Amino acid sequence: MTKGPAIWGMTLAVLALLLAFAAGLSLSVGSADIRILDIPGILARGQETTAYGILTGIRLPRMILGLAIGGALALAGTLLQAMFKNPLVEPYTLGISGGASLGICINILFKVYAHIGIIAYPLSGFAGASLVIFLVYGLNRRNRHIRSNRMLLTGVMISYVASSLVMLLMALAETDDLQNIVLWIMGSLDEPDIALIRLALIGSLAGLALSYLFCLDLNGLLLGEEEAAGLGVNTGRTKKWVFFIASFLTGLSVSVAGIIMFAGLIVPHFMRMITGPDHRILLVASWLAGAVFLMLCDVLARTVIAPLELPVGVITGIIGGVIFIWAISRKTGDI
Amino acid sequence: MSGPVLEIDGLTLAYGTRTILKDVSFKVLPGQVFSIIGPNGAGKTSLVRAVSRQLAPMSGSIRLKGQDISAMDNNCLARQMAVVRQTVDPVPMAVEAYVLLGRLPFFNRFQFFETQKDRDLAASYMDVTGIKDLAGMSMDRISGGERQLAAVARALTQEPDLLVLDEPTAHLDITHQAKILDLVRRLRQTMGLTVLMVIHDLNLAAEYSDCLALIDKTTRTIHAMGTPDQVLTRENIEQVYRTQVQVEKNPVSGRPCVFLRTGGGYKERI
Repeated sequence: MTKGPAIWGMTLAVLALLLAFAAGLSLSVGSADIRILDIPGILARGQETTAYGILTGIRLPRMILGLAIGGALALAGTLLQAMFKNPLVEPYTLGISGGASLGICINILFKVYAHIGIIAYPLSGFAGASLVIFLVYGLNRRNRHIRSNRMLLTGVMISYVASSLVMLLMALAETDDLQNIVLWIMGSLDEPDIALIRLALIGSLAGLALSYLFCLDLNGLLLGEEEAAGLGVNTGRTKKWVFFIASFLTGLSVSVAGIIMFAGLIVPHFMRMITGPDHRILLVASWLAGAVFLMLCDVLARTVIAPLELPVGVITGIIGGVIFIWAISRKTGDI
Repeated sequence: MSGPVLEIDGLTLAYGTRTILKDVSFKVLPGQVFSIIGPNGAGKTSLVRAVSRQLAPMSGSIRLKGQDISAMDNNCLARQMAVVRQTVDPVPMAVEAYVLLGRLPFFNRFQFFETQKDRDLAASYMDVTGIKDLAGMSMDRISGGERQLAAVARALTQEPDLLVLDEPTAHLDITHQAKILDLVRRLRQTMGLTVLMVIHDLNLAAEYSDCLALIDKTTRTIHAMGTPDQVLTRENIEQVYRTQVQVEKNPVSGRPCVFLRTGGGYKERI
C-alpha cells in the first residue's frame, strides 16, 4: 500500500496496453500469417475469407480462453495467498488440481466420454475438483471458523493422495489412455467447445467481481485475524467466501485447460512487488497480468517448434520459474 | 454524568478447564484512564481479548455503553472500541495506509475508497502521534516504537469511545513510553477519550491512571481497586507480587512510586 492512486491508474493502463498487445499477438501468430494491423480489415470484410474463419474459429476462442484461465489462476493465487498469509500457496496447493486430475483419469479409463461425449472431460474434472473443495472445507470447519494451517495441511495431503491415485490409475492404464492422460495433465488452451470457453470467461470475470467485494476485508486480514476482527471485518465469512471463490476459479481452470503451473504463484508475487499489498488494486492487476502472461506463454507454445505445439504448461513453468527466480534474487529484504 | 463506558460484571474466563479470571467486575467511567495491573500470567491480556471478543467468557457480561458486546456486530463494535495490541506486526504496508485502515469499520459494503474526510482524520492523528514524517514509510522499515505509535494513530482514526491498550509501553524506551502515555493523557483531556489499559510498569500505571485494578494470580480475581494511592500500597504489592518493595511518593507528581528492595527476596510470612 505504499503507492497512491496515481500509480494504480498507471499500472492499470500499462496492463491494459499489454493485454491489447498480447491479444493482438495471440490473434496474429500461427501457421497462417495474419498481421495485427490487418485484423480489423479482415473482421470488417466478414465471413467469406479463410483468414476470417481462422481468426474467429480458432484463434479468438483460444485467446479468450487464455485470458479467462490466466486471469482466474492469478486471481485464485492472490486470494489464497492473502487468506493463508503464506506466499507459497498457489491454486493447486489445496489439492484441487489433484482432485480434477483424478476425475479426468477416471473419465478416460472408464470411457465415460464414450457415453456422454467430449463434455465428460471438463465435467469429470470439475466433479473431482468440487469433491476436494468440499472435503477440504468440511474437514476444517468447526464453529464457523476456518483453521488456516490445518486446512493447508489437509489440502496438501489430499493433493498427495490424489496424485498417488492418479499414478496408480496410470500404471494400470493402456498406452492410448496413458497418452491421453499425460497430454491433459500438461495443460493446453486447445478447447473446441465454444460454450465452455464462454463459461470459462464468465466464471473468471464473475470471480473477479465477487472477490472484489472482499478487497477491503482482505486488506484488514493483512494485519492478522484478531486485528482484522477489531476493525470490524467478519473474518470467518470473508475466509469462507474467499476460499470458495478461489477454489471454484481453480476448479474451472483445471477442468477446462488442464494443469497450468506457475501462473497462480508468480503473477500474484510480481503484482504485489509492483502495486504493494492493497487488494483494491492487486486483485484487478493480478487478473489482468495473469491473462497477459498466459496469452503470451500460449503464443510461445505455438511458435517455438511450429508447426508443432508445446503444452502451454511447460512454457509457463520454464519461463515463469526463471523470471521469478531472477526477480526474487534482485529484491532486497524478505518476500 | 452519563453511565459507564465499559461495564464488566462477574466475568469468568477460562481456556478449557484452566480458569484464567474468576468473577471480575469493574466499571470504566467516561474520560477515565483505567489500568489493569498484576503479575505475569494473571490474565490481563486475556481480559483484553475478552473485551475485544477474541475470547468468549465462561460467564458474566461485558457491556459497552450499556450494550452487551456479544450481541453487537463487528462493525458496530469497531466503531466504538479500538484495540492496540501488545505487538504490532511489521506488515509490508505504508504507515499512512495502515492508519487509514482505522476507517474500515465506517465503510459500507460497496464502498471501496476512503473519502477526503477519512484521509484528513488519518492525517490529523498521524500528526497528533508525531508520525507524520513516516507516512510513506513501510511498516516493516520503522522501529518498534514507531509501529506502536502508528497503531495508536490507527486506533484513534477509528474515533472510538473506548481505547483499549494492551501493554502500550512494552519494548519501548522511556522517550517513547512517555510519548505514548502523555498522548493518552492529553487525548483524555481534549477529546474526553476513555481508556482501558493493561500495563506492567507499576510506576507508569501510578503516574497516568485515574483508577487501577490489581489482579491477583493466585485467587484469579481483583485484589484491590481504586485510585493509585489506594491500590499501590506496600501490603497489596507484596501480597500479589511476592516481592519486597517500598512505596514512596513521587516528588514530582505526588503519586505513589514503587521501589524494589533488592537482595532479600520475598519470604512467605507464616
